[in-house]
Amino acid sequence: MNGTINAPSIEYAQLFPVLVVFAAAIAGVLVEAFAPRHLRKSIHVPLTLLTLAGAFIATVVTALGGLPATPVAMGAIAVDGPSLFIWGVILFLAFISTLLINDDEQFVAQAAAVPGSADEEDAVRSGFAQTEVYPLLLFAVGGMLLFPAANDLLMMFVALEVMSLPLYLLCGLARRRRLLSQEASVKYFLLGAFSSAFFLYGMALLYGYAGSVDLKAIGQALATVSNQETLLLVGMGMIGVGLLFKIGAAPFQAWKPDVYQGAPTAVTALMASTVLVAAFGAVLRVFWVALGNLDWDWRPVMWGVAILTMIAGAILAITQTDIKRMLAYSSIAHTGFLLTGVVATGAAEQNSKALSALLFYLAAYGFTTIGAFAVVTMVRDAGGEAGHLSRWAGLGKRAPLLAGVFAFFLLAFAGIPLTSGFFGKYAVFTAAVGGGALPLVVVGAVSSAIAAFFYVRVIVLMFFNEPAADGPSIAAPTTATSAVVALAAAVTVVLGVFPQPVLTLADQAASVLFIR
Amino acid sequence: MPWLSTLMAVPVLGAVGVSLVKSDRLAKQVALAVSLAVLALTLLMTLQFDPSLGASKETRFQFAEVYEWIPRFGVHYGVGVDGIALVLIALSAVLVPIVILASWHDADGSGAEAPPKRSVKTYFALLLVLEAMMIGVFAATDVFLFYVFFEAMLIPMYFMIGSYGGVQRSYAAVKFLLYSLFGGLLMLVAVIALYVIGDKGTFMFPELVGVIQDPTTQKWLFLGFFIAFAVKAPLWPFHTWLPDAAAQAPAGAAVLLVGVLDKVGTYGMLRFCLELFPEASKFFTPLVIVLAVVGIVYGAIVAIGQTDMKRLIAYTSISHFGFIALGVFAMTTDAGAGATLYMVNHGFSTGALFLIAGFLIYRRGSGRIADYGGVQKVAPLMAGTFLIAGLSGLSLPGLSSFVSEFMVLIGTYERHPVPAIIATSGVVLAAVYILWMYQRTMTGPTAESVKALPDLNLREKWVVGPLVAAIIALGFFPSPALDVINPAVDHALSNVHINPPAVAEKKGAGQ
Repeated sequence: MNGTINAPSIEYAQLFPVLVVFAAAIAGVLVEAFAPRHLRKSIHVPLTLLTLAGAFIATVVTALGGLPATPVAMGAIAVDGPSLFIWGVILFLAFISTLLINDDEQFVAQAAAVPGSADEEDAVRSGFAQTEVYPLLLFAVGGMLLFPAANDLLMMFVALEVMSLPLYLLCGLARRRRLLSQEASVKYFLLGAFSSAFFLYGMALLYGYAGSVDLKAIGQALATVSNQETLLLVGMGMIGVGLLFKIGAAPFQAWKPDVYQGAPTAVTALMASTVLVAAFGAVLRVFWVALGNLDWDWRPVMWGVAILTMIAGAILAITQTDIKRMLAYSSIAHTGFLLTGVVATGAAEQNSKALSALLFYLAAYGFTTIGAFAVVTMVRDAGGEAGHLSRWAGLGKRAPLLAGVFAFFLLAFAGIPLTSGFFGKYAVFTAAVGGGALPLVVVGAVSSAIAAFFYVRVIVLMFFNEPAADGPSIAAPTTATSAVVALAAAVTVVLGVFPQPVLTLADQAASVLFIR
Repeated sequence: MPWLSTLMAVPVLGAVGVSLVKSDRLAKQVALAVSLAVLALTLLMTLQFDPSLGASKETRFQFAEVYEWIPRFGVHYGVGVDGIALVLIALSAVLVPIVILASWHDADGSGAEAPPKRSVKTYFALLLVLEAMMIGVFAATDVFLFYVFFEAMLIPMYFMIGSYGGVQRSYAAVKFLLYSLFGGLLMLVAVIALYVIGDKGTFMFPELVGVIQDPTTQKWLFLGFFIAFAVKAPLWPFHTWLPDAAAQAPAGAAVLLVGVLDKVGTYGMLRFCLELFPEASKFFTPLVIVLAVVGIVYGAIVAIGQTDMKRLIAYTSISHFGFIALGVFAMTTDAGAGATLYMVNHGFSTGALFLIAGFLIYRRGSGRIADYGGVQKVAPLMAGTFLIAGLSGLSLPGLSSFVSEFMVLIGTYERHPVPAIIATSGVVLAAVYILWMYQRTMTGPTAESVKALPDLNLREKWVVGPLVAAIIALGFFPSPALDVINPAVDHALSNVHINPPAVAEKKGAGQ
């Protein structure tokens, strides 16, 4: 022991997008502490938007500079093609989610006030706003960037927590229906903590098996370590539970409808798009990089999970009467479709096709989802957003344009050609067929048909039913909300008609797969 | 000149124009003008079509345009027409202006007991978008592009039924969409598998012919395509959506639905099932023929029992689609050409029936047969044209359907005598349902409620006139159409490797 400690080498340039997001998040906390109340929001909003935009540009610059071949930060983080693509998507989606979050109607005036109490009325009257939303958002986004890029399980766990903890809080901050929101927050927190524990325990077991938490080392240990199958399989199962919980795959999907419904819709939009993207990145990295050679063991289970997720999402959605719950189940069904791509492994070329298809799907789905939730924020009645489906009847007459755009998003979810959803589904299904998962694709097609039923039901409600006499009004949208809807619609159209540029980008990102 | 792209672009631009103009009246006029322009372009294109080129593989699809669309998936914007596609495009181009003229007041809520006023501009814009997609689906020479149109064309029709239809419109629209989507998604799986297993890296139809050699694979892929087409056509037992959709749709939309959209199913069987999966087609021929014959008889018998005019016409169509499918899977040139011609003739005669029934319903506010009686005394023109269309539907010699039905039966008899004989009973049953409907609605003492029924006005005469003219013309001179169709059908059947030896001579003798 000579006592010298070598400082770890950090590649600041490649990690710049992550670092800048965290730095801005900390700056945001300082703003909360020192800036006067009336100034906070006007500092937070530009700070958040500029940070996300800057991080996005930094990501693009890094990507243009060529894909790095080795992990950075002492092997803890892999800034490879898939990571960069996912970062770009997350930052872009987070940017437009921020535009939605920038809406006072969404968030509670003072989270600590008991719902319905005099305190709350005071807070509302004095125009308080819970501006901590913005730094929380940035911390969550930072976690999302790290999560899919983490190259060892420990870093992944830290990222998971950094991503999740702010989201638990954000879920409880809805301005209306506060009890529902707080219930969602607690539920999400408890179940999330439970799944984190699974992840952590699985990690410990894998460490016991491989002697390392490094994904590459675990992958190599598969070939060398023997007689430790129990540790390996149980560890893999537990890590799988933790990750599948985050993407909301059945049978770990139960939190999604409750949380999506209770959370402020802007936060739901953020979760439904970016968290899914980040978590899928992590799923792929763990199962393809660390456990890639174990695919004979996990593939049958993943098949089952994918089938269960698709069917459960599609069938349970039919019985929903709340628009946000319905979109939550729709998100579960889409998770199932995405999982068909996860099992489509094979030779390197096949893997890169599947990966590229998944990346495209995630991007396409993320934009459409944010657009759909943005429309949900605009349909309001006296009690806030009009969540119950019956309130949407006849919306096509009151607001033909808004209803038309929403119908278009629903058709995209249903995967009708000439929308981005179709090519996403097509790409993933093609990869799955190439990977020998034809039966899975048949199940996918059947559950798409089932899912089409509830998407179409909303269209029927909006266009073919007479409006209720006391139906909801359409809130005059803020410029930001209109911009979000317009952008999401534009992306959904463009990716549905000319998907090639984004496909090429996804192909390039996936060309060398994950670095190890 | 890029004929086919122009044919698609004009209605799309027209739809944009229609939705931008201020007044409803102007919107209708623009829509009519645009559809007439499409018709004129189609006629010009048809004049330049050379049927003799159909025999060669290279020149089979004329007016071809191929551009890369999504290289990553091997998808092209590939269009081109052979004789089969050409006559179906011509059918669409003729029907759309007629339907627009017939639908003049469908959306403005002016008819007796009509649904409340809806957006007129949207209705006509949807019609034009649908026209572009109908042309696209027949013109596509890229399997993927075909699929895209196949699915996308559901959406405008869905809104036309759901927003502008009868009392049960939303139920009918959803049923229509879900049935079609379900079939379409099965086809999507088959399309993907065709691409992956075929491993050609392209979706261009001519290059995909013959790539699937393995018989088992062929069978599965055949089923994926066939079920989608059988739902679309529709064949028994996939038909239950059609009576609902056709009865609830406004008459004009019903014409396009039954007259053109459903033809995509039978067209797909002829073009894709037979050519891409010849062995599987032969394997499944007995099954398809049984379905077709059951459909012919079942559709006819159920039609007899209907009490609603539009439902009755819809069931007659199920019977007729049985004939068309029978002709396609008989795999003889006579039957194939007959089936193709039948697709066109059925579009005209059923179109006329639906539209005249629509005029009656617009006036009286009811589709029930029992609400009518003795119409021919107060509205002789309406009754007369209805009779002509009906007689064509029951294949009276001299009217168009006779030629095609006869060809289908002759062609089928060569190879499958027993089904052909059973199918012939459909002709007899057709006489029952048509004439009985005519008797109940048009003859006898004039019902109180129709005493003041006005006859066809000038606009309606312009609607019915061309259809009746087409029915009679194709009944007496089918040969121009057959000259276009025959080489294409020959080519389509050549991949099935069944040589129809006797047919060539007979064709010569027939002319």
